[in-house]
Amino acid sequence: MELTRRDAVAALTAVGGVATAGVGLSRLQSEGPSGDPEESLPPDQHVKESMVAIAEVVYPTEVSGIEPFVEEFLDSRLEREDHARGVRASVAELEDRAESWHGGPVTELSRETREQLLREVSAHTVDEHPTGTTAERMRYYVVNELLLALYASTKGGKLVGLENPQGHPGGTESYQQGPP
Amino acid sequence: MSSTDRTPVETADLCIVGAGPAGALIADRLASEFEVVVLDAGPRFEDESRLQRQKRAIRPFFDRPAVWDSDPERDAHSASGEWFYPLNHTRVKGIGGSTLHWQGMVMRLHEDDFNSGSERGVGPDWPIEYEDLRPYYADAEREIGVSGAEDNPFAPPRENRFPMPAFRPSYSDSLFAEACEELEITMHSVPNARNSESYDDRSECVGYGTCQPVCPTGAKYDATVHIDRAESKGATIIDRAQVQRLEHTADEIRAAVYATPDGIEHRQTADAFVLACGGVETPRLLLLSESPEYPDGLANSSGLVGQYFMDHLFAGAGGVLDERTRQNHVGFFTSESHQFYDEADEEIGPFKLEFSNYAGPSPVELALTGDDWGDDLLERLRADYGNHIAVRGLVEQLPREDSYVGLDPDRTDNHGNPVPDVHWNVGDRALRTIERANEIQHDILEELGAEITWTAGPENTGPTYHHMGTTRMGTDPAESVVDPALQTHDLDNCWIASSSVFPTGGAFNPTLTIAALSLRAADTVEGFLAKQPSSKLAD
Repeated sequence: MELTRRDAVAALTAVGGVATAGVGLSRLQSEGPSGDPEESLPPDQHVKESMVAIAEVVYPTEVSGIEPFVEEFLDSRLEREDHARGVRASVAELEDRAESWHGGPVTELSRETREQLLREVSAHTVDEHPTGTTAERMRYYVVNELLLALYASTKGGKLVGLENPQGHPGGTESYQQGPP
Repeated sequence: MSSTDRTPVETADLCIVGAGPAGALIADRLASEFEVVVLDAGPRFEDESRLQRQKRAIRPFFDRPAVWDSDPERDAHSASGEWFYPLNHTRVKGIGGSTLHWQGMVMRLHEDDFNSGSERGVGPDWPIEYEDLRPYYADAEREIGVSGAEDNPFAPPRENRFPMPAFRPSYSDSLFAEACEELEITMHSVPNARNSESYDDRSECVGYGTCQPVCPTGAKYDATVHIDRAESKGATIIDRAQVQRLEHTADEIRAAVYATPDGIEHRQTADAFVLACGGVETPRLLLLSESPEYPDGLANSSGLVGQYFMDHLFAGAGGVLDERTRQNHVGFFTSESHQFYDEADEEIGPFKLEFSNYAGPSPVELALTGDDWGDDLLERLRADYGNHIAVRGLVEQLPREDSYVGLDPDRTDNHGNPVPDVHWNVGDRALRTIERANEIQHDILEELGAEITWTAGPENTGPTYHHMGTTRMGTDPAESVVDPALQTHDLDNCWIASSSVFPTGGAFNPTLTIAALSLRAADTVEGFLAKQPSSKLAD
């Protein structure tokens, strides 16, 4: 199943849409680790490439078109500065681990090594938490961010047999219809 | 956008405490004629924040109270009853109140619900009949915007069509239909407070599927509709205004004393006051307003303020079929059965059955938990989603002396006021009713050929988030807090608009009845205000 940029735009509704001036949620504003100077965080393109590399791990193999889907999704997500700070910091931490433990950036590691890296940081064993431990933040800003984008989209839902998943404004027809 | 000016309105005719549906409807009804002020403890939420709140509803990090910014200090509470009551999961504080997170099911109570003592042999009768409320039910349906159909043979008589057509039955409903036909159980549509077509400048439902706890589009009614309308007519809405106490004489309220985020206390005076802050905060405010004239709490000569707290009990059962059931496309119900409702008697209470459209896990929520990803995760999602089915139900709880809302003297909120203690207890009749509902639910599921995997029965039931009974309505001042017009027996200028006035609860979601009672009370408040020499109308 091929993902497209258009699918990414639709998926954004489930995570709060694009950046909106004046929209501030107190709890969300507290998201993101403190103490990380903004200038030390990776730029957008670096974040996108790393997230694409991780998506290739956490998305099922029958999905294609990951790069344009993730890049389009992040184009908007990284405009939300409060949230973007957490994403950038988590990607930076992951890159730091990749360099230390595997001798190169995430994007240059094999798929198997990328998965090993995620497991080494324990992103698979913790619950998500935007201000928690490294593993919990990795789960929140990287793994679950990507999984939410996929499975709250029509294409991701269809993989499971649900073309109008929660968070997707798919109308009021599909619930009336029987299985395809 | 709320003004940051939270100072009182000097010339107010009417002060309403609480910006949920009751307060909002009364404010809207009277704002053209009178100077109306609405105070609410919670904030005004930006419409643009709703998609973010939807994300909170889906992501596992955020619990239910976090979706609408519940504040653990402001909303602190206790639960000393035998049954734990998760108060902050059951309410929203803010402009719009708990309609911001409600399911949006709007049934009229049945005629017998108004006469439980006479017709069923238990509990008190209401001091009004269905016929007294009938025109206000119709009014409330128009105001809220209800999608429904006249296919329910068990519903009380009605004179008008619903404002919008009902949502069509789900595929899942069609699976139930065959089994129910075999069992001679009649299914019918559900009156929904959500738009099946564009209504009142609000869009039709677009199927986000997160109705409870947040509708991003406003297709599901919430009370911000009437707050906004009241404001456009001149009402003043003051958010983040926590009412601390009501200053009063023996006969009337003089002012609502409220605290704002800057720590300042203000006095809002008015000719009349409507308390519309729900079945927990309304009795709490009256109890906090004790005085030499009312040592047991304001308007509490009867001693019944806070007494007889009721909720509806949940009864349900579900399982899996060996075929696809198409769940979780939408977050609302399209079919119910009220067939057994009026069989209620002394032993078994009224109950209704709901045929779920979101049985089993939501795949997207499931995807965000667990220790897998990639192909393993997809395999798990495919295994866990697709075949679930469930029948749910609501059951009446009778009023009981050992079920009440009081004050916890040992715990205080952010302003040092004792917090509400929801001391919830449930009697045997409700538990028997749950068993009866479970029997029917199991019959239906077995007829379908389902493997039953869970039952919410007497041992593991829970509340359905409807706070009722704590300022009971009646004609005898010794046996009730408000009269049939919802005016307090003790005070000449105070009304209570809330499910707190319900003498019994029936087994239907209460908001339509709250709305109808509020519109009815508005007529009386209007008559009172019109006679006041200082009212805007008199000018």
